[in-house]
Amino acid sequence: MENRRKKQSRLRDIWRQLKKSKLSVVALIVLCLIILVAILAPVLAPYHYAQQNAKLKNAPPSAQHLLGNDRLGRDILSRLIWGSRQSLQMGVLAVAIAAVVGILIGSVAGYYGGWVDNLSMRLLDIYQAIPMFLLSVSLAAIMGPSLKNAIIALGVGTVPGYARIMRASVLTVREKEYVEASRAINASNARIIFKHIVPNAIGPLIVQITMGVGSCILAGSALSYIGLGAQPPIPEWGAMIADARGVMRQYPTHALYPGICVMISVLACNLLGDGLRDALDPRLKN
Amino acid sequence: MTPLLEVRDLKKYFKSRAGLLHAVDGVSFTLEKGKTLGVVGESGCGKTTLGRTVLHLIEPTDGQIFFEGKDITRPKKRELRKLREQMQIIFQDPFSSLDPRMTVSEAIMEPLILKGGMSRAAMHAEVRQLMDTVGLATRLENSYPHELDGGRRQRIGIARALALKPKFIVCDEPVSALDVSIQAQVINLMLDLQEERGLAYMFVTHDLSVVKYISNDIMVMYLGQVVEKAPADELFANLRHPYSKALLSAIPIPSIHNRKERILLTGEITSPINPKPGCRFMTRCRYAREECNKPQKLEECAPGHFVSCCCYKEINDLEEVNKA
Amino acid sequence: MADTLLDIRNLAVQYQTDDATIYAVNNINLAIRQGETIGIVGETGAGKTTIAKSIMRILPNPQGKIVSGEIRFKDQNLLDLPEKEMQKVRGNQIAMIFQDPMTALNPIETVGYQIAEAIRRHNKITQAEADRRACDMLETVGIPMDRFGEYPHQFSGGMKQRVVIAMALACNPELLLADEPTTALDVTIQAQVLDMMRSLKEKFKTSVMLITHDLGVVAEFCETVAVTYSGEIVERGTVEHIFDNPQHPYTLGLFGSLPKLDTKDRRLKPIKGMMPDPTNLPIGCRFRDRCPDAIEACAAAPPDVETEPGHIVKCVRAKEKGGAAV
Repeated sequence: MENRRKKQSRLRDIWRQLKKSKLSVVALIVLCLIILVAILAPVLAPYHYAQQNAKLKNAPPSAQHLLGNDRLGRDILSRLIWGSRQSLQMGVLAVAIAAVVGILIGSVAGYYGGWVDNLSMRLLDIYQAIPMFLLSVSLAAIMGPSLKNAIIALGVGTVPGYARIMRASVLTVREKEYVEASRAINASNARIIFKHIVPNAIGPLIVQITMGVGSCILAGSALSYIGLGAQPPIPEWGAMIADARGVMRQYPTHALYPGICVMISVLACNLLGDGLRDALDPRLKN
Repeated sequence: MTPLLEVRDLKKYFKSRAGLLHAVDGVSFTLEKGKTLGVVGESGCGKTTLGRTVLHLIEPTDGQIFFEGKDITRPKKRELRKLREQMQIIFQDPFSSLDPRMTVSEAIMEPLILKGGMSRAAMHAEVRQLMDTVGLATRLENSYPHELDGGRRQRIGIARALALKPKFIVCDEPVSALDVSIQAQVINLMLDLQEERGLAYMFVTHDLSVVKYISNDIMVMYLGQVVEKAPADELFANLRHPYSKALLSAIPIPSIHNRKERILLTGEITSPINPKPGCRFMTRCRYAREECNKPQKLEECAPGHFVSCCCYKEINDLEEVNKA
Repeated sequence: MADTLLDIRNLAVQYQTDDATIYAVNNINLAIRQGETIGIVGETGAGKTTIAKSIMRILPNPQGKIVSGEIRFKDQNLLDLPEKEMQKVRGNQIAMIFQDPMTALNPIETVGYQIAEAIRRHNKITQAEADRRACDMLETVGIPMDRFGEYPHQFSGGMKQRVVIAMALACNPELLLADEPTTALDVTIQAQVLDMMRSLKEKFKTSVMLITHDLGVVAEFCETVAVTYSGEIVERGTVEHIFDNPQHPYTLGLFGSLPKLDTKDRRLKPIKGMMPDPTNLPIGCRFRDRCPDAIEACAAAPPDVETEPGHIVKCVRAKEKGGAAV
């Protein structure tokens, strides 16, 4: 009961600030729509994504096929709708992996400080010296091309950013008197970290997470484009662009539609992230 | 009778880039059950560090701490857990000492949860009881700290400290962030609690007038050392140390009559990093002389009244002459 | 009055937040004479700082708003001035110092440069001339000239506040608004800074509006006092009026809550309750709920009663003691 009230009041607080910016509200609505489409793909898509029609290869838009058909005669609209599932998965799951690992490393490094902090930060330094995309590519290549491996690769590749933000945030929260206050009443380190520090330090990370979803969708599409992500015939927006490469000159729309989808979802994530940054900034409150 | 708390020659040095910072440098005192020790000094005198060190929130560099006759200088983990139930702290800033994401009842319940061995219902009842004790209305139990004013937040802090039924509480400037009318309410509450529960307080503050109200004994600190220590009445009647005198004279009195002469200090404050062995107040003291370069010792100048100044007698005589 | 420097009439200021209006200052009247030192006393949220910020016209935008009233400075209403004109007044004729000296100083410029800049902003003089005057200013506030080229972080808190005061006085303003100038300082340092401010005030003949919560500071520094509560001035008069013959129950309560060095009592006498919520002010006397002497008539807005010449109390019961409404 109490817990629910607490969460509600926090969410309501963020929402109240967020709705001041029209752009972020629009972004939020767009994102919700994309998620809804992904969930309801089997219902919304007029055709199955793999259903080919030899007679309709590269057919222009028609009443039956609103966005036309691709080089194998598959309905582009249906493939876009089904594709939203893979793209969103890429974004959300990769970020989830990165954020969880990053929060853990960042909180422990920030809270304990000293050699723990030094060691983990230097390791992250080395880690970050390897280009993120290259790392993801090699990981995906080693583990074999599949959507699952692409997600893991993306997630692992983006850990340092989250870890650093979390560490910086923990460093400021750690100095707060209430942390010392809970030590005075015998709270264990684990309790202090997870009950007091993480919830209070996570604010700046929410922005990073939101924007991270966008960039992972983008990076995921790129991985799929070079064949390391979703495997045919499963549609993924990046893979669809790759698929359209051969006919790009004659039928540019084949690549354009998935491109627009990527752009819109990435843009929505970034705008929402921007809005959240303002909404979470205590200096802007009242 | 063994005192509740005894501290002998306690030292806490912090490493800094420039050298060792002598935050607390050889402080000794005893505190009886149900009594209050006032620790007065300005920022940087080590009074806050002293309180934290006694509670083992900071580990001491050297010296000894006894609680009920038992040496607790280097406690084991389990010992420390038990100790913390008996020694608590009230913080200065009621705004930063409460987790902003915890409701009033959650904050007060936290120490009970950590202690364990109580049912949820029993804890709830206990929280209500505590809220009642410190004068918080029960309807506030689901409020968040940011929805409350400073005085009420400080009451939450007090309730948290009381939850474990301690015998000794370090009060670190508990009222200096509060407005005067609220400050008086909180001080009265603390006095009542002391009477009811036989609590011993170590009351750390920069405000001599507050400390006079609440303390049995007073200790004046300057740059990590005790410069003067005496029962409250004796101290205010016969100030000995030049620093204590300057401190008292600097307090603006809310009255336009009986103007006292103000001692204005000049000179730079000595750095607490690698200080020289002599008197630390020397650079600002108008009576400074050659002997002050030697280490100073606390000397009993009247029964129970200790002063750490090699020339307090001469200064006193000099001032008597000046007055005449 | 001919020698009135600043005259605040019916000033009302509100802050607009997402879901409420904060009534910060409510119809305040206040006059400051040339050379006068007035203390504005009150607790957190009484509207003291808002008054000063309204005079400087630096209320947070867009939340803070002056709803009504005028602030006449030497016969011109500051609230009517275009921003350009106001800039010439700000820092030049009226200067303000804040509680925290650190926020007023730029950490990456030397203190000397910052004082010289303050002078050059309002005077057409060469850099060398400005530097020379900045050096003089430093000496005036008791900082040796050779620290001209040092950065703020090399100064202690008390020294920083001296620099801030030097900056504020550099253009020889006619009115200085000091918002809790010594609250962040230790008492021994506070004594030094107050002492210095007092001699500067006499030297430059500056009028000072000292905002503080500390009645002790007011007793030592000010000639007249205005006690604020809930955005109103509940009592004003000379220091003798306020300290020897306080009339308003709130002023009396404030004195009662102070721990005194010269009494034996073990208990303080606090004012019960708390200041009313500024978003939801009670009708009638704002102090009524906490007042030990409240009567039925307090439910109506209390009148300003002059109990003795120049001593004005916002309390209906002050009449009983022979005061006349003004």
